[in-house]
Amino acid sequence: MNQNPTPQTGHETGDYVTVNIGPSHPAMHGTLRVITLTDGEYIIKADPEIGYLHRGVEKLGENLTYHQFIPITDRLNYCSAIPNNVSYEMAVEKLMGIEVPEKAQLIRVIMMELARIADHQVCVGILGVDLGAFTPFFYLIIQREEIYEIFEWFNGARLTNTFGRIGGVDADLPDDFEERWEELKPNVRKANEETEKLLTHNRIWMDRTIGVSAFSAEDALNWGFTGPCLRACGVKRDLRKDEPYCMYDKFDFEVPVGKNGDVFDRYKVRMIEMEQSIRIIDQAYKLYKEMPADAPLMARVPKTIKPPAGEVYSALESPNGELGFFVKSDGSANPYRIRIRPPCYMIYQAFPELVKGELIADLVACLSSLNVIAGELDR
Amino acid sequence: MDLKKRVEQCLGPESLVVAMTECQGDVSVEVPKRRLLEAMRLLRDTPDLGFDFLSDVFGVDNLDLNKPKKKPKKAEEGEGAEAEEPKEKGPLPPRFEVVYLLLCLERNERLQVKVRVSEDDMEVDSLTSMWKAATWPEREAFDMYGVRFKGHPNLKRLLMWDDFPAHPLRKDYPLEGQGEERHLIYED
Amino acid sequence: MDDWLIAIIKVVCIWVWVLLIAVVMTWVERRGAAMIQDRPGPNRAGPFGLFQPIADGIKLFTKEEIIPARSQKLLYILGPLLFSLPAFSAYAVVPFGDKIILGGKEIILQVSDVNIGFLFILAIGSMAVYGIILGGWGSTNKYSILGGLRSTAQMISYEVPLGLSLLAVVFVYGTFSLREISLAQQGTFLGFLPNWGIFKQPLGFILFIVAAYAEANRVPFDLPEAESEIVAGYHTEYGSMRLGLYLFGEYVNLVTISGVIVALYFGSWHLPYINLGAYLGPVLWGIVSFCIFFLKVSFFLWLFVWVRWTLPRFRYDQVMGLGWKALIPLALFNIFITALFIQLTV
Repeated sequence: MNQNPTPQTGHETGDYVTVNIGPSHPAMHGTLRVITLTDGEYIIKADPEIGYLHRGVEKLGENLTYHQFIPITDRLNYCSAIPNNVSYEMAVEKLMGIEVPEKAQLIRVIMMELARIADHQVCVGILGVDLGAFTPFFYLIIQREEIYEIFEWFNGARLTNTFGRIGGVDADLPDDFEERWEELKPNVRKANEETEKLLTHNRIWMDRTIGVSAFSAEDALNWGFTGPCLRACGVKRDLRKDEPYCMYDKFDFEVPVGKNGDVFDRYKVRMIEMEQSIRIIDQAYKLYKEMPADAPLMARVPKTIKPPAGEVYSALESPNGELGFFVKSDGSANPYRIRIRPPCYMIYQAFPELVKGELIADLVACLSSLNVIAGELDR
Repeated sequence: MDLKKRVEQCLGPESLVVAMTECQGDVSVEVPKRRLLEAMRLLRDTPDLGFDFLSDVFGVDNLDLNKPKKKPKKAEEGEGAEAEEPKEKGPLPPRFEVVYLLLCLERNERLQVKVRVSEDDMEVDSLTSMWKAATWPEREAFDMYGVRFKGHPNLKRLLMWDDFPAHPLRKDYPLEGQGEERHLIYED
Repeated sequence: MDDWLIAIIKVVCIWVWVLLIAVVMTWVERRGAAMIQDRPGPNRAGPFGLFQPIADGIKLFTKEEIIPARSQKLLYILGPLLFSLPAFSAYAVVPFGDKIILGGKEIILQVSDVNIGFLFILAIGSMAVYGIILGGWGSTNKYSILGGLRSTAQMISYEVPLGLSLLAVVFVYGTFSLREISLAQQGTFLGFLPNWGIFKQPLGFILFIVAAYAEANRVPFDLPEAESEIVAGYHTEYGSMRLGLYLFGEYVNLVTISGVIVALYFGSWHLPYINLGAYLGPVLWGIVSFCIFFLKVSFFLWLFVWVRWTLPRFRYDQVMGLGWKALIPLALFNIFITALFIQLTV
């Protein structure tokens, strides 16, 4: 965690300065606020404050119907809206005991992996910008725009795609998906390659990221980490492999694992995951092509969804970690309680531990690498 | 062995199981509130179960579930007078629940553990001594429901501002809010 | 009388020229960044966005001048002045061409050829530190203070390797004057290498250019104005023309530094192997030498832009470590080796 010796000045004289970072700050991560107590540039204590984007999503859920809640789940992790939608739909489907047809599952996989690539692109890009490397951001964002084009053309919306329905998906992939994908794939790979060339072996980048906010695996598990941050600490845990859903057990892909849990490992894990997502999309599309053209896209679902009374929890691997929905139903058309388990909530609560003893510059690097998205954090 | 049976074998002898349910494959066990830490330790340390990862902690307000259900209006008026008298029921179950979601990393099994919290005694032992992952979720349960956690290092409101007067996720708090405003005083 | 007139004309010409380069540099920076980042860049204000600097200038001029209520007003106002005035005056000793003969008078293309040469630049450049620290402190904003502190520490630390590498240059040429050093870079040495400073002082060149990037607060040393960490550092609270003075002063600094690098290490106005001065007439030679110098300076200005958009930025303790633990020992080593060489070959 702390690669620099704690400075000796200030302890006796109490010469600390309170620096308030955020909630409106050019380090564009949403409305996060960190109140730090610093000794010059070294951080003695960092106290995050959240809630600036709290919209009462869980309470809204109790007053809407099951279908009406799907657009609200978009706004949780707005960098990749599709895994949010699918996670909620899967929870309700589990509660009702609905089996989603295979074709719909494949379409869900393709879209979720595209969203994963988009999310990681933004995360790595912003990490670069925060550390002063402005150029990789543009290379990655240009490809992200192309992914947005696919979303828009499939769904109608670029960012907050209300994807899928409870029971499947509402529409099939359009006919020229293959051409679009074959055109996009090498460009995404090229952008990733250029980013790696600019950053991975760059001495300045390595100095800025290796060893910064390193975290051990036991601490990470104790704090409830999941996702790339946990994998960077050395724990091989991925819900797509451990608790497979949506036909993920049929695909062959690797789960990257880091060593030290520092900023560099998190960056590398995300870069490798992007490549693995491309592989998954290829395999999923191959399986999709073998499906008959008139295979059903939605299971038989009643028009008004009234699940039987009960409560389930269902989670999937979103780009940030384990995104889970706990849905409790009392038999009526409105959910009784919806609880969203945000991945970056658990990660961000360990933030004071991660940055103690680091410099302010490292605080910014650490915050970027955790990919804390205020929409998901505050709900 | 079936997860339900294993949990019963582990907690049953200590009379820690108040109720056990299963819904679509999710096993849920209710433990007495006073002995929460004991139950959690057993669940974590028994080699048969090994639930070593705390996934989430949150509250549920069962106010509407506990309310006697409204009788559907009958077409005939004759039975009206009888049907309108509410039937005598036993004491209502405790209003709040705190739900803990546990995960066994080795076997990839999940378990829901519940404790019931009644309105007159809203204190629950905090799990932060066992898993630091409970730090913020418990703060949020306090913020949203008013459940206090004994032994929590920093039990302040998390999502709402510090002086917010109500607990928003309770069922008797209206969706539009009650018009609270935050007044910030700037010292000069 | 004539001399005074010539001097005033030179001052005005040079001043306008440097300002013009700084203005065009803002355009080059933005279009260069766009080119590297695979996007168009400013292309609305005029063809290829060429009027963009004018638009920016008008914007800065016409904005409201705000002085924050809690700032130390005198320091706040003094900061930008103390930063930009040294920037504008440091160019006085940099030669931008050889001499030109107009109307029978031989005029050297340099505002003044004092014999303390680049010592003048070092001294004036140190004053710029005051501009930053006063600006940062006077804003009474924690981010500005942090930026001002970082910048001060960085600039003071890197003046040492800057000066030490220049000391080695003095050993080689025996003079501080930039004009004499430029004149001495004619011809070849060792039979085939041009007589440029970089071949005589390779290590010195590397040290000088790294220290120069740090002095100019440019990436990778731009942590005083690191946007994502401390908002905008020492110029957070500045707007309108005061900010314009800071930003402008920075670009003028870049021009000066590029000029010094070319004059000391890259042969000033000489082309390798060809002695054009012998073939061209005096007036033409003056103009051509000016163009050659300008081309070399623009290469280094482009290098500044290129590096900015390629590399990430350093962290504060890494900057300090690099300056004190790496550059200064290397600079001392460079001096030692240079002295040894000179002793052995003379």
